[in-house]
Amino acid sequence: MKRKPRLLASFTALYVLWSMLPVAIAVLFSFNSGRSRSTWQGFSLRWYWGDPFSSVWHDDSLLRALRNSLVLAALTILVATPLGVGLALGLTRWRGKPARVANGILLLPLVTPELVVGTALFLVVTNSYSFLDLGRPAQLVGHVTFSLSYVVIVVRGRLLSIGPDLEEAARDLGASPFQAVRMVIVPLLTPAIFASAVLVFATSIDDFVASSLLSSGAGSETVPVKIYGSVRGGATPALNALATIMLSASMLALVVVFAIMRVMRRRQGDTNAGENSLKELASW
Amino acid sequence: MAWMALFFIVPFYSVAAVAFGQVDPIRQSAVPEWNPRYWDFTLFTDVMHRVVNGDLGTVFIRTALYVVLAVAGCVVVGYPVAYFVSREAGKWRAALLVLMILPYWVSYLMRMLAWVNLLQPQGWMAQLLSHLPAGNRNWLSGQPITVVFGLVYGYVPFFILPLYATLDRIDGRLLEAARDLGATSRQAFWRVTLPLSRQGLMAACVITALPMVGDYYTNNLLSASPRTEMVGNQIVFFLQQTTQPQVGASLVLMLSAALLVVMAGYLVSVNRAQKLVTR
Repeated sequence: MKRKPRLLASFTALYVLWSMLPVAIAVLFSFNSGRSRSTWQGFSLRWYWGDPFSSVWHDDSLLRALRNSLVLAALTILVATPLGVGLALGLTRWRGKPARVANGILLLPLVTPELVVGTALFLVVTNSYSFLDLGRPAQLVGHVTFSLSYVVIVVRGRLLSIGPDLEEAARDLGASPFQAVRMVIVPLLTPAIFASAVLVFATSIDDFVASSLLSSGAGSETVPVKIYGSVRGGATPALNALATIMLSASMLALVVVFAIMRVMRRRQGDTNAGENSLKELASW
Repeated sequence: MAWMALFFIVPFYSVAAVAFGQVDPIRQSAVPEWNPRYWDFTLFTDVMHRVVNGDLGTVFIRTALYVVLAVAGCVVVGYPVAYFVSREAGKWRAALLVLMILPYWVSYLMRMLAWVNLLQPQGWMAQLLSHLPAGNRNWLSGQPITVVFGLVYGYVPFFILPLYATLDRIDGRLLEAARDLGATSRQAFWRVTLPLSRQGLMAACVITALPMVGDYYTNNLLSASPRTEMVGNQIVFFLQQTTQPQVGASLVLMLSAALLVVMAGYLVSVNRAQKLVTR
């Protein structure tokens, strides 16, 4: 009979260790009581708020990066989610060649290196779109542009599984097209919309290239840009603390998305909702 | 859709406009030329020359080399892991899947920060490595191996997940059939699993290779030396630190053209494979 694949199992275990341990160590060092990011000197919360000058809580530049990241992510959600939902609704109705072209364009940001998109936006903002300033407005545009694709993919997937029947039934019962969408489709889409909003949040706070190319100096630095700028210098563990805070935010987002998807699947009568949601998460 | 046109198509066009535009004679800054009829290709061909047989050529070759090595690294690390999780993990499967997804959601910069901390001269990993022969060096300055390693570490989660999805869809009965027909488990793998997962493997390679080509931050964080510079570093350099964004724009155009060729080749091969299947 079948042998137990010991070798593969230990390889996988090693991989998991390798992928997680460095990050865990970085988190650990955010609690270091000394100034070093590589020599352990005991536990403290000094770099979160204890230190009166350079803890995250007291260092203006770190705090500003945190605020910039969160504000930018919130704005991106506000713009990208409704836009993406509208686009998904439109794309499922729209047939023929233009729709295919539109579809292709929508997928392009996913396969273009971010550097190319970022450069393009940087050049257009500095040269011709004088109504956009570098800094938060330009960063917002950049983030919306690539998170839009995610929203459309998630929402459209859900739309396809709902199918046209319910909307047609609503129309037969006398609803206007607008009413049918508002009263039937949107409520059914709500979980998917929430999930995509959280996804947008996660991509936005993690983004580095667009935020960095389109920033206008220290005032609009986000957390990843701040990390990038100070990691090679003599930064204190406060940098690790800042990264740890953002890490918690991403993990929270992941848990929320997972919970929403599980509820969605349960309602559809999926008996193995947990694992199937995981698989769907893995497929993005 | 208007959004995409305004902020994706037009900016792309503007790259061309800047690359083929004029240089302001007084301020020496780039002036984009919007009308293709007046495009000036001298600078572009100039950069092209530097790429074909000059200083920028080495950068392109180095980029290609690093990306190929890093993708190969992803295959070596990622394939066994994806295979194990999809086929053999048993009751651990859900837990392992979570562990596969987690790094995907950890900020890339956070993961690089972690390695910078470990590889600093005082860092734990650097200390460990210094006991090896030839291990006592500054790992964070101009070491190609660190850069390739960083790329593998950074992108392997993006490699495993699509590959896992493909492996997971392979019908287990096919493997049983192969075993029933007398194949050893090794033969079953080489002659059934691997050919069936080739599509997913290719897709995973493309998905990881594309962003790697445009990556400059991994390199800057883990090496920050001209000896390991990649195309992305050059583009950012010309864009932000010089008054010649048009050179950067030309490089972006060339990079996109090269990637387009790769993508087209990939799509053609996928199409051909699908035709083979449906016939």
